[in-house]
Amino acid sequence: MTPLALLLVSLGGGVGAALRFWLDGAVKARTARTAAAWFPLGTLVINVTGSLVLGVVTGLGEAGTLGPSAVAVLGTGMMGGYTTFSTASTETVQLFRSGRTGAAVLNGLGMLVVSVGAAALGLTLGRNT
Amino acid sequence: MAADPADPLCQAGGVTSDTLRPPHRSWRLLGLVALGGAIGTGVRAALAAAFPAVDGISWTVFAINVVGALCLGVLLGRLALRGPDEGRRRTVRLFVGTGVLGGFTTYSTLADDTARLLDVGRWGAGSGYALLSVVAGLLAAALGAWLAGRAGSTRTRTADPR
Repeated sequence: MTPLALLLVSLGGGVGAALRFWLDGAVKARTARTAAAWFPLGTLVINVTGSLVLGVVTGLGEAGTLGPSAVAVLGTGMMGGYTTFSTASTETVQLFRSGRTGAAVLNGLGMLVVSVGAAALGLTLGRNT
Repeated sequence: MAADPADPLCQAGGVTSDTLRPPHRSWRLLGLVALGGAIGTGVRAALAAAFPAVDGISWTVFAINVVGALCLGVLLGRLALRGPDEGRRRTVRLFVGTGVLGGFTTYSTLADDTARLLDVGRWGAGSGYALLSVVAGLLAAALGAWLAGRAGSTRTRTADPR
């Protein structure tokens, strides 16, 4: 990876991270006064949508519609920075600790299953576009 | 929602508006998260390029995710012990936690790699890799929180007699 490519991928990651911070804050503001305020919905939405978009991006790359640099900047960079594994893990642990075991299992396993499904859908869409 | 005092368009910026405005609508904090995210993403991309996936499975991404979850567990645990999530503590959480560690770890690559393995019929490898990642991440985050609490209580104990 050339220094310029790494810089562009990093910039993509910065944009993705800011987008995640903004969207999570917006979701939290929306759900703040509802009965669902305790559930970390923002990260779930972010990781599922990010997996879908990464699937589309890598699918487009496989089909030759997108070049390798664009796939790296949009995929590894932007979607990698947008989605997060660390926050998903700490939020699930938080659910376990607050005694919401069902929600914790749902957040841990449900997010995985739906994200993999979204990525598979994205791959199919990207490959056939 | 009318005449929202936190609306960035109603504010000229600066310290006062920053405390009134929700964090995710502050340009300063968005910039801080973006900077941290760029750093974390850069390190992840460099590591992933240096140690590429073997046979469709990236143990580099696995290690990055587990280490990132551990670090975030420690960070959030330490910050929570120090006091409420405001001022400098919030700045550190957003820069290091949301930014650097959020950008360092990735969920989409895990989902995409798993979908790819399942797509070629490698159900055992795909589901095994995905489940192992999630469970290891949870254990790492819990371990991090525990370590943070332990370090906190040790410090208090040693500091007390003086």
